[in-house]
Amino acid sequence: MTIEQQLFEGETIRLGPIDYEKDPAVESRWTHDLSYLRMVGRDLARPLSPAQVKKKYEAIEKGMEERNLIYYTIRRKEDNELLGFIRLDWIEWTHGAASLKMAIGNLSERGKGYGSQVLRLFLCYAFDELNLYRLTATLSEDNPRGVSFFKKFGFVEEVRRRKALLRDGQTYDLLMLGLLKHEWRRE
Amino acid sequence: MSRQLFRGNLVRLAAVEPEEMSKAMPRWNLDTEYYRMLDSAPPLLWSEKKVKEWIDKDLDKDPAQDLFFSIRTLADDRLIGFMSLFDYSGHTGDALVGIGLGEREYWSKGYGTDAMRVMLDYVFNELNLRRLTLIVFEHNPRGIRSYQKAGFVLEGRVRGAMQRDGRRWDWFWMGILREEWARMQPGE
Repeated sequence: MTIEQQLFEGETIRLGPIDYEKDPAVESRWTHDLSYLRMVGRDLARPLSPAQVKKKYEAIEKGMEERNLIYYTIRRKEDNELLGFIRLDWIEWTHGAASLKMAIGNLSERGKGYGSQVLRLFLCYAFDELNLYRLTATLSEDNPRGVSFFKKFGFVEEVRRRKALLRDGQTYDLLMLGLLKHEWRRE
Repeated sequence: MSRQLFRGNLVRLAAVEPEEMSKAMPRWNLDTEYYRMLDSAPPLLWSEKKVKEWIDKDLDKDPAQDLFFSIRTLADDRLIGFMSLFDYSGHTGDALVGIGLGEREYWSKGYGTDAMRVMLDYVFNELNLRRLTLIVFEHNPRGIRSYQKAGFVLEGRVRGAMQRDGRRWDWFWMGILREEWARMQPGE
């Protein structure tokens, strides 16, 4: 018996490691877009220079080495262009739990179905290869597209951190969506 | 104005003395019931030396990244536990609080709830946060009741977040908003 499954190859995208030569300039550009930063997380929004992005990558790979997180870039197969990233944080190996985050950085590349390909692939990796029991994705309530995207794969709302976000003078709830391995909809 | 910010009815929050705390913590950690309420990671037993190194390093940070307090009884100034505040300085107006009562004879007598009330006063009247968050495990109903008494509301359960003793356990996320806390204050 053999295993032929490719973990990192989708139809038009692939997951891969960081490219220290090319990626910092691309991601630096993304960080100048406030809507990108706000979608990606709750961290203080600030633009990063390519050198700062490179430092961040080094910290990420150190975290991977220490088995605290997993980070992959998302690339278009056709021209190898960097489209975004997907990562696991807060990995509790003992309990098989982790926090999931993904983003397509280039605004004009959104809505082309890359995200679904990526998540389909990555859930196989998380559940069939890492043997995790559950995943958590945290999103703002003002990102309904993101919420319905995750729900498509079986994620359900578990926690609503009331008014945990304050942006432009308005508060928003932070939603935590959970997916258990046996609820995963492979499609 | 002789207002006491760090004093409750049973306990006060005080500075951490590295010598004292690094002797207490390894002893508390031997109590598995305590340790498992405190941390999702499997218990690891560390020497006083190692624990003191961590405490020293943590207290050396200026400005402090996390705020770390000891909990002392008012009656006899005994060290009975600690409290930590994580991510308190961000732009979000939210922070995560953690509490550990290492001395078992002080469980279920209102000491933890009193310490949490002191923390809420500090968080809302001094740090000016908008809300406060905590995580408590399903197998700690005493903790959940105490936090509810202090005003925290259950905001959801992360299902099966932990595997222990042959079954899965949920994580309860609890939160309190500044306005909810204000309504609980006397004279409101």
